[in-house]
Amino acid sequence: MITFLDIVIAGLLLGGLYALIAMGLSLQYGVARVLNISHGEFIMLGGLSTWALHAAFGLNPLIAVAICGPVAFLLGFIIHRVLFKKLLTSSPSLAIFESKSMLASFGLLFIIQNIALLIFGGQIKAYNFLNSPVSIGGALFGANRMVAFGFAVVIGLAFYLFLARTRMGKAIRAAAQDPATAGLMGVNINNVLAICFGFGAAMAGIAGVLISMIYPVHSAMGLEYTVIAIIVVVLGGMGSIPGSFIGGLILGIIGSIVTYFEPGLTLAAYYIIFAVLLLVRPTGIMGK
Amino acid sequence: MLDGEGVTKYFGGLAAVSNVDFHIDQGEVVGLIGPNGSGKTTLFNLISASLVPKPGIITFKGENITGKKPYQICRMGIARTFQTVKVFANMPALQNVLIGSFFGTSARVSPAEAAREGTEALEFVGLSEVAATPAKDLTLANQKRLEVARALATKPELLLLDELMAGLNATEVSEAMELVKMIRDKGITVVMIEHVMKAIMGVCDRIMVLHHGEKIAEGTPQEIANSEKVVEVYLGEQTDA
Amino acid sequence: MTIAGIDYKKAPVLGLPLVILVLLAALPLYREIYDVILMTSILMYIILTVSWVIFSGATGYISLATGAFFGVGIYTSAILGGELPLLIVILIGGLFSSCLALLVGALTLRLRGIYFAIFTFGLVELIKHVLLWYEITFTHTRGRFVIVVDNETIYYIMLGIFVVLMITAYVIRRSRYGLALRSIGEYEEAAAHMGINVTMVKVITFGISAFFMGAAGAIMATRWTYVDPYIAFNALFSFSPVLMAIFGGMGQFYGPVLGAAIFAYLEEYLITSRISIELGTFTLKVSELYMLIFGIILLVAILFLPNGLIGLVEKVWRQISGGEREHA
Repeated sequence: MITFLDIVIAGLLLGGLYALIAMGLSLQYGVARVLNISHGEFIMLGGLSTWALHAAFGLNPLIAVAICGPVAFLLGFIIHRVLFKKLLTSSPSLAIFESKSMLASFGLLFIIQNIALLIFGGQIKAYNFLNSPVSIGGALFGANRMVAFGFAVVIGLAFYLFLARTRMGKAIRAAAQDPATAGLMGVNINNVLAICFGFGAAMAGIAGVLISMIYPVHSAMGLEYTVIAIIVVVLGGMGSIPGSFIGGLILGIIGSIVTYFEPGLTLAAYYIIFAVLLLVRPTGIMGK
Repeated sequence: MLDGEGVTKYFGGLAAVSNVDFHIDQGEVVGLIGPNGSGKTTLFNLISASLVPKPGIITFKGENITGKKPYQICRMGIARTFQTVKVFANMPALQNVLIGSFFGTSARVSPAEAAREGTEALEFVGLSEVAATPAKDLTLANQKRLEVARALATKPELLLLDELMAGLNATEVSEAMELVKMIRDKGITVVMIEHVMKAIMGVCDRIMVLHHGEKIAEGTPQEIANSEKVVEVYLGEQTDA
Repeated sequence: MTIAGIDYKKAPVLGLPLVILVLLAALPLYREIYDVILMTSILMYIILTVSWVIFSGATGYISLATGAFFGVGIYTSAILGGELPLLIVILIGGLFSSCLALLVGALTLRLRGIYFAIFTFGLVELIKHVLLWYEITFTHTRGRFVIVVDNETIYYIMLGIFVVLMITAYVIRRSRYGLALRSIGEYEEAAAHMGINVTMVKVITFGISAFFMGAAGAIMATRWTYVDPYIAFNALFSFSPVLMAIFGGMGQFYGPVLGAAIFAYLEEYLITSRISIELGTFTLKVSELYMLIFGIILLVAILFLPNGLIGLVEKVWRQISGGEREHA
């Protein structure tokens, strides 16, 4: 019999993934001010390439994390330098930049998704990894889910410490608060923005690797994750990294509860929460 | 005509406006002065409903207007200009003013009437020649006048002018002072935020002084000029920098 | 000089659109059915794009929900197709989309533009999920068949929707309402302080634009004859109008129409193309590449064509004619 605690734990495991995805998006929007609606496509790339590496070389997905993370970072960094930086210089105001960059990321969505479609095809792909159940307090959870959760938490914590303690982290926080002044204080703004965008993409890529360990993947999977990431970011407070982490866990638990009753309605449940949020507290949990 | 009781507004932990009481009588020209950041524009925003006081109550002609929407405030008879000019850049000057004529009053206005009122308003502020010019091509001084014309087109009983003289040279300041007097002569009550002392002293019947969001002094221009407290606040601000 | 925003000099320009309309109306008489079908698609894209511009172009709030409204129309047709007269079904399709838009607008248009954009973005995915769940749980089928309507009727209805849309856009533009709308787009805060109930104007305009998207969807469904949630609720239909408007230029009339016409034709050309590119062991068929190409074009347009094609043409024209503007 499934107890409420089992549902909550399952929710936390899912929430860890949500948190990771949302933190990436939060970083991109909070610092680089890009609402990257192609975020989910990076997740998809991470997932599909892990599947491909596993299928072709039998590569252990955990190793794929070490590959996909940096590759995604590089991809994000380059995309920012080539595309978004140019948009930044050609936008007369921040509001216009936010619009243009969002639309540009829309274009990016179609480009990435269709490249993936061409390379990998449209069928759903899956593989087995660490499927063996692990028992926590009597209930069974897949070892792969726990590993994914572990990774998500570790990465989240590591990044939080990075932001709070290191010099680069402080530069990033300064850039998020006030890019102009930060620039005057000697922070290389262009690099910082691109680095943050790259980090966000890396988190998405890694999340994709982890997701592929548990769920099937396909070239059209990105959109749903982007929507979830957006909802978590709003829930946690736009631009707040800790908020995204907490928001992810909360939404994961809610998702787990809804799945228990009616699996097909999780996204609908999330959207209802989204709507309620916009009604009563658009700034989110940690928002100003 | 306009009363405020305990008007307060916090942004995060900081009180931009703190427990301000004010009373504006009909027909007055009241100046609102204070160092930068003292909450003057925030107070205007609270009156014109860009922001909602929390706590505090504002009443206009006896009616509680706290919590109303900006368009309602406008139709009730309060109009304003903005510190950073907010004209409709790509529209011709006349069209800018027409927005005011068409939508600024509760009554329905026909296109012909609106056109007439709009042209009159432009004449009143001295912009008749540039009626067809896109607002973004006007000089700053003219853009400010355009804002005044647009606000006047809404047939206000109370006009809030936010730093009308900022960025103007000496001649332009005198012209602006004349304009304010003409507005007063039309029977419109005026509250003006200003840093240009000559204008404040020369036009206002009464002056209110804000500092760190609080009202620290109120009185006739003479009283304010002689007030030690006010002088200290302004001098103090200078030495801080 | 303009009086109340009405430019009396423009009235004679009505002549050209009338000629085009007559040509379009007579199309089935002098062209193959294939061309009629193509023109139906082109008209559909024009309707989606112009509707999108009526709201998003005017207010600056970017709606990514076009696919959702279009899909609602499609499904209305699928469900009510045989039960009610065709024109009523189309009307209802438009109305359902409007209702959805009014709801979404009332919720999100009070907030900053970014909330509106992201809420509309997720709508397509959301409705798709809910419908899939509904079909799995209750009707136990996936997708539905839509009543069959002959291609000529489809064409004329689409043409009709197009005409009504253009008239609506024209009336809005020339009216007091359109003036309010434009002032919101210019400077929303100032418009609000000049007595305009900005939220109401935004929500109503959003509802109007959604109506036409829904109506277009309702009639288009009859051509596809089979629809399921994946077909009906496709992000591509949120994307295409944006692409077409940005590429063509966001002015109220010619820009979106031109952009939509070009891309609709381009899409048709690419999909039916037999050209393929050899890349080592890979053979890339151009017909599968068109979405990718569109994505790239959008990026190029955003980067290099800020005012769209029309803007580019205007800029070139101004250079050529060496015009100078009067200054105050």
